[in-house]
Amino acid sequence: MSDQAARPISLLKRSGHTARRHAAEARFRTCGLGAILIGLLALAMLLASVLGSGLGAFRQTYIHLPIHLDEAALDKSGNRDPKALKKVTTISYGKVIAASLNDTVLQAGIATQGLTKDDIAGIISREAPAQVRDMVLSDTDLIGKTIQVRLLANGRIDGYLKGRITAATAARDSNVSPAQLQLADVMMERGLMSLDFNAAFLTAPDASDQRPEAAGLGVAILGSAYMMLIVLALALPIGVAASIYLEEFAPKNGLTDLIEVNISNLAAVPSIVFGILGLAIFINFAGLPHSAPVVGGLVLTLMTLPTIIIATRASLKAVPPSIRQAAQGLGASRMQAVFHHVLPLAAPGILTGAILGLAQALGETAPLLLIGMVAFVREYPGAPPEGLFDPASALPVQIYNWTQRADPAFVERASGAIIVLLAFLLFMNAGAILLRRRFERRW
Amino acid sequence: MSRITLTTSALAILATSTAAAARDQVQVAGSSTVLPYATIVAELFGENFDHPTPVIESGGSSAGLKKFCDGVGDNTIDIANASRRIKPAEIAACEVAGVSELIEVRIGYDGIVFASDIGGESFAFTPADWYKALAAEIVQDGRLAPNPATMWNEVNPDLPAQEIVAFVPGTKHGTREVFDLKVIEQGCKDSGAAAELESLGADAGRHCTSLRTDGRAVEIDGDYTETLARIDSNTDGIGVFGLSFYENNTVKLQVATMNGVVPSAETIASGNYPVSRPLYFYVKQAHFDMVPGLKDYAEFFVSDDIAGPGGPLADYGLVPDPELAETQEILADEVLMN
Repeated sequence: MSDQAARPISLLKRSGHTARRHAAEARFRTCGLGAILIGLLALAMLLASVLGSGLGAFRQTYIHLPIHLDEAALDKSGNRDPKALKKVTTISYGKVIAASLNDTVLQAGIATQGLTKDDIAGIISREAPAQVRDMVLSDTDLIGKTIQVRLLANGRIDGYLKGRITAATAARDSNVSPAQLQLADVMMERGLMSLDFNAAFLTAPDASDQRPEAAGLGVAILGSAYMMLIVLALALPIGVAASIYLEEFAPKNGLTDLIEVNISNLAAVPSIVFGILGLAIFINFAGLPHSAPVVGGLVLTLMTLPTIIIATRASLKAVPPSIRQAAQGLGASRMQAVFHHVLPLAAPGILTGAILGLAQALGETAPLLLIGMVAFVREYPGAPPEGLFDPASALPVQIYNWTQRADPAFVERASGAIIVLLAFLLFMNAGAILLRRRFERRW
Repeated sequence: MSRITLTTSALAILATSTAAAARDQVQVAGSSTVLPYATIVAELFGENFDHPTPVIESGGSSAGLKKFCDGVGDNTIDIANASRRIKPAEIAACEVAGVSELIEVRIGYDGIVFASDIGGESFAFTPADWYKALAAEIVQDGRLAPNPATMWNEVNPDLPAQEIVAFVPGTKHGTREVFDLKVIEQGCKDSGAAAELESLGADAGRHCTSLRTDGRAVEIDGDYTETLARIDSNTDGIGVFGLSFYENNTVKLQVATMNGVVPSAETIASGNYPVSRPLYFYVKQAHFDMVPGLKDYAEFFVSDDIAGPGGPLADYGLVPDPELAETQEILADEVLMN
């Protein structure tokens, strides 16, 4: 007692307790700041590594070459019979291109010491014969003429011009020689070769291990788009209908509680489980085809539904009861109150939830593994609705596939695909934020 | 209301197209070792034929054969790629599901090579070195004891003093079976360990092939790219690769000799390099009439232009089969496996 009387508390002087509280707050703030810095650092590292290795995929080395389409090699009969022309394989076209390249190099007076004819032809992509064959088949009058074409360069040459391969590593590389790199340098100087924007990366289909330079995302982007279309067409109406019923009409009892718990639980189920389900139900039972976007879309719909239901219910809950009461007080039925007043007010939240659910589905690979979409697909799927049943790939699947290829050039392609996927996700998330900002109402 | 019509129409489309989904493109699944070859062939096939490019999945020989044996019909695959022969149990499973008419197609040979980081020491192995380094238990002083070796020069004084860390394919890969048979079991016999085990009354078959589990034999369930990434991060590691993968990554990897022989297409074809295996694909005869282009694809795969010497597959690292003509006949006559 006497102690307290001896030390009166002064408002003007800081007590030890206050100092401790302030110190605790300062410590907490530093921790929070540190947490954000660590997060930013991780993001910066991810972006730096992806952009560093992936930006190259958006530029590609091309060879500009006059090609003499030798009639003797491409149309022996000389009567331009389409059937006979189709029998001429890309191997014959490869020889025609190789001969034209050899002539061009000789005429330009480029020294080719230490290079065989095969070495010189080796700087052109294996995709080039297919390019030229397609041109000839679509216009048979070209045979016998000399045409100026732009052909893909081999992946190793492309890697050299982008700095991925150096003369030192080429000496150890069994697929390219330093002499070929020197030839590429000279051709670059003479304007026979150039490094241009690579639009084909976004439109071309996948290519095999021997043609990393030709691989593109066309089929994957189309497949992902089809799947998103199905998810949007199925998950949004089903999810919204389920949430409106649960939130506005269903009686509150043990059964609805059970359903609610199960929905929250489903949202946390690993996505591979939905793949197993998809294989069992949609492919083995319903007989839908393998590798088809329709099955992928259905599986992703199942996966996205809980996310959409939870978001929709939350935004329905956020609409104040007074709105419903006012509508009903003026004579509206419960359904009219919901559809005329509650739903429009909850729409921004529902759309945000749906977009976030779609973004999650867009980046999902695991469920697609089991339904055969993790595959090498080169044919574009047809136009919907039939096209939904054609085989297709998906963006995240394409990334996964490319990281498993032996040729190091696919690392660049995989990182490029990650950039594309990130851009799509950023675009979708930005859309969600925009919608929320634009239409959200607060009470 | 428009939402509801959208949903019903989507479901209606689903219901009607299910029945009409006849397939016009070949579907393939299986070995990740065969995958690059299969994609190369598929690409050329799509370019040069009127049929669409086949769809090719990977996932390992066992997974592919399992899928293959799901049954016959439009929604089952036509071809399974395998880096080993189909097992009797798998043939039985196939028959139960109604897949009894199989054609076995051998496409060529693939070497299994042992490679380490380009900046490290170079190695000259024998199968016995691998057995002694990786066996779980070895015979010591007349008793079975856990393998004590930690450095390569402890198992063979001629090898560099480097920590034993080996990245071997996981059991789902067909490559593992060949590795067990041609390296570990062979090494067990060569080193005399098999005889010692038998004299002790131990089960030589089982003890010969059980690998140590103390972290020195790391099983890789992913692809060779994962093995390569492991060697990048642990430069003491030695990885098991396919010859074609190594040939595409000579910038990062150096290859070890086996019994003094450098692996190459020539030494594997001549049989001097001991660790190689045939690669196969299996095709359902019942699908020949059902899927247009299936037989064309199969025949194109093993044609001289593709799988023969100097063809695109040989360029990529496949060792051409000297008996390719016989395989072509098997396909042409549709000779079934029995």
